[in-house]
Amino acid sequence: MVVATGVKVIEKAKKQKLSHNSKTSKVSAWETVKISRHPQRPILQDYIQKVFTNFVELHGDRAFGDDTAIIGGFAQIGNQKVMLIGHNKGKNTTEHIERNFGMAKPEGYRKALRLMKLAQRFNLPIVTIIDTPGAFPGLEAEERGQAESIARNITEMANIEVPIISLVIGEGGSGGALGIGVGDRILMLSNAIYSVISPEGCASILWRDAKYAPDAAEALKITAQALLENNIIDEIIKEPAGGAHTDYEQMASEVNKVLLRNLKSLSNYSVAELLDMRFEKYSAMGKFAE
Amino acid sequence: MSWYTKAIEEKKPHRKTLWVHCKKCKSHIWGEEWEKNLNVCPNCNYHDTITSWQRIELLFDKGSFHELFENISPVDSLNFTDLKGSYKDKIQANKKKSGISESVITGHGKIKGFNVATAIMDFRFLGGSLGSGTGEKILQAANFAYDYGLPYIVFSASGGARMQEGVLSLMQMAKTCAGVARLNKKNIPFISVLLNPTTGGVTASYAMMGDLNISEPGAVIGFAGRRVIEQTIGEKLPDDFQTAEYLLEHGFIDSIVQRKDMRDYLANVLSYYNR
Repeated sequence: MVVATGVKVIEKAKKQKLSHNSKTSKVSAWETVKISRHPQRPILQDYIQKVFTNFVELHGDRAFGDDTAIIGGFAQIGNQKVMLIGHNKGKNTTEHIERNFGMAKPEGYRKALRLMKLAQRFNLPIVTIIDTPGAFPGLEAEERGQAESIARNITEMANIEVPIISLVIGEGGSGGALGIGVGDRILMLSNAIYSVISPEGCASILWRDAKYAPDAAEALKITAQALLENNIIDEIIKEPAGGAHTDYEQMASEVNKVLLRNLKSLSNYSVAELLDMRFEKYSAMGKFAE
Repeated sequence: MSWYTKAIEEKKPHRKTLWVHCKKCKSHIWGEEWEKNLNVCPNCNYHDTITSWQRIELLFDKGSFHELFENISPVDSLNFTDLKGSYKDKIQANKKKSGISESVITGHGKIKGFNVATAIMDFRFLGGSLGSGTGEKILQAANFAYDYGLPYIVFSASGGARMQEGVLSLMQMAKTCAGVARLNKKNIPFISVLLNPTTGGVTASYAMMGDLNISEPGAVIGFAGRRVIEQTIGEKLPDDFQTAEYLLEHGFIDSIVQRKDMRDYLANVLSYYNR
């Protein structure tokens, strides 16, 4: 059933023509959503090939299984060795099914946490790549503690004693994204989105109909620009005109440059400074009256 | 207006207060009995919601509770408007309806003589949703526990992150958990009581991170919504799915405690804290 729904989504996305023209018009939030989900948009596998070298994939959560919706392992960027962890979407139906559309289960989040602790043991900075519609909403995920696995990651990431950079390359889908997203730096590609709920989900609750998704997308302020303005993210990586899918090489070279610069700047801090800064960063998030 | 319509209208409020209709077993319970039983159905043991202040009265030693951070309240920072109106108006309406200014009350007090810092969520305020103000209060109370070395008890009742605050609300998950992480590091106990209902982003952050996770009978606790899961798997879920009993069976909570026993249970657990 989930497969059928997913395939339908891909087919629909393929048919959609993007009217995006970065030179002349401001892109609407909903258009950005469509670009972020574009079937040809570069995914983690593309960045592994074009930005990183010597990727050593590591498998399993040591408790239940190996979730292919999140992958990770040692990787090198320039001369810098890192632990790379990210959501693993596909580009065609077979890949999508294999990787569960990048929707991770508890074993995926637990594998991610295991690798983060391994990074701490090896004293390697962590790069997490976010690209998921959300954590998998299925029976077995609930049964095995989807909420607990995400909660534990978010909590333990606060105390991981190496720098963490989180980069949203496509969809930042709610808790499923945040489960590997508590970084010292949060970066986004210019057409990526990051949202507390999918625009469709929000529309069907607050507008009582998923067809109002474009309105919800606008109201939720999910674009990189809006998130930068609200002090949620630290930096936007500019995509090639027309979107990341139009020029993989240029996109990869931008990502390479920005990641290296941020890795370098984070390497200047002691562990204590790093953890204090991380605590302050997340303590300061939110707007309220006092 | 004729005399008999008037007579019926006058009777209405009486009918409301005298009898309570149990949401679960549908039986009619004498209002006084319902209240005396702490909003728990004497017939089927359904634990109906109670307000934060009712819970404080129930659990804390008389006069020992001191509210903290009570001035924090939500703002409509995204100018969020949906079909039913603006978030700004919803905030005002919820403040008026509930008499509180955020979905959580924070403070410190004594449970049978044991000093604790606490946060008690209130489902009446925007469905107990986790907004920026909620996150700030829960973090501040955690920091208070950290500074004074007090055990921290959070009572959750929430539909999840507050959509009207966008990613600001999502980030409250990281913010509150950062507070929990500091308590962990200093070996200060954190007890999470998951009440009906605790779902979405609240379950996927501090509520699941208790050193002890406690619940009340029948409480609904889950991550994804029941309907969403049914749509995903294309079949009906078992009745007990995402209940406290289901979570106990699957190893995610330590104990299910009857409302009337909660004060004794917490005091007993706190008595083991030997630092």
